[in-house]
Amino acid sequence: MEEVKLLGTWSSPFSYRVLWALELKGIPYQYTEEDLYNKSPFLVKCNPVHKKIPVLVHGGKPICESMVILEYLDGPWPHNPLLPSDPYERAVARFWAKFADDKGTVIWTMFRSTGEEQKEAVKGSLEMLRTIEDLALGDKKFFGGERIGMVDLAFGALAHWLGVFEEIVGIRLLEPESFPRLHKWTKNFKEEPAIKENLPDKDKMLSNFRCLREKLLASP
Amino acid sequence: MASLKLIGARPSPYVNRVQFALNLKSLDYEFLVEKFGTKSELLLKSNPVHKKIPVLIHDDKPICESLIIVEYIDEIWTSGPPLLPSDPYDRALARFWAAYIDDKWAPLLRELRTAQEEEEKKRVLDQMFQVLIQLEGAYRQCSKGKAFFGGDNVGYLDIALGGFLGWMKVAEKLIGVRLLDEAKTPALVGWAERFCSHDALKDAVPTAEELLEFAQKHFMAKPPTPN
Repeated sequence: MEEVKLLGTWSSPFSYRVLWALELKGIPYQYTEEDLYNKSPFLVKCNPVHKKIPVLVHGGKPICESMVILEYLDGPWPHNPLLPSDPYERAVARFWAKFADDKGTVIWTMFRSTGEEQKEAVKGSLEMLRTIEDLALGDKKFFGGERIGMVDLAFGALAHWLGVFEEIVGIRLLEPESFPRLHKWTKNFKEEPAIKENLPDKDKMLSNFRCLREKLLASP
Repeated sequence: MASLKLIGARPSPYVNRVQFALNLKSLDYEFLVEKFGTKSELLLKSNPVHKKIPVLIHDDKPICESLIIVEYIDEIWTSGPPLLPSDPYDRALARFWAAYIDDKWAPLLRELRTAQEEEEKKRVLDQMFQVLIQLEGAYRQCSKGKAFFGGDNVGYLDIALGGFLGWMKVAEKLIGVRLLDEAKTPALVGWAERFCSHDALKDAVPTAEELLEFAQKHFMAKPPTPN
């Protein structure tokens, strides 16, 4: 069996998407924590185009971009599939995964901004949550149905990182009364052993992201 | 019986991608043309999240997002050469570069269109050439010496980039700079010629003339003065 390596960082939801997938599939891997302020030559060699994490290295061959990695994993490891088998359901899953990637950044904008820019980002974040609540989840336990799938992993940041950002900026977005389905999903998602046992420490996150926000707001 | 409908418009590179895939699979479809600047009831109903074209409707079920539609077409209609590579690693490479095209290339093309000053245009062009040089490398890596990113046959990544060929020719006409340049990206120049002359694709690539007319009608402040 060929060796699997994951290059990631402890505070990145993108890194965790892949880590969770490896855990859900029971794939043994070697994890390397990358310092993004001092990128390793190996990271730069594996991802010369973006120089970003996460990178999965399988049998010496690198795969970059978290969602590309997730799509890849079902190939060599088809058990506990991340995507449905029906082509239409797959198209729907891919749609929501892309939505998570394209729209999810608005939450980051809310975190790193103030004033008007933050107000717009809050508005955008609420619209995004509304769309997910009304159109993406339905009455299913997970986006993937009875089991966690690719879309759940794509939205993983909402289950853990959003709460940290909310606390730091003092704005509550994901209220249970406004978003009952999504709120319940965050609970179900974090109860899954593969996820529960693999979440960055909340206090460490609060401290880290508080520092980061100050740094970002201080620089021009 | 038209169980396949495509909501779109020829000037859209994203719609073209879907048309390429449908043509390569020899599929008949009803083309429901969206007028620029308006959104039909069917579009709003079929893509309530983004309200954008293209949307493929197959047996009344809508599929949205151009590359997702291409994958769907490939998974449902399996006769003939596949659009996605069969090897999982090659598939990952194709998806990586398609994401790169959407994230890096497409926004630059839009920026070029709206750039007002010469300084800005030059800055955008420089970035575009950098991206094209990366894509030249991607082509060499993925094609493995063959005619297309997909190898002997046109595939997913060819389709992802091919959607922009029409607009690249228009950009060249409007700014007088050749984007696909023999000196900078010779392999891509050859690839573009093969793509545009491919039997299944040549009619689906919009001509520079029709796109120029579209651009002049919708994007330019003043109409051109007649000679």
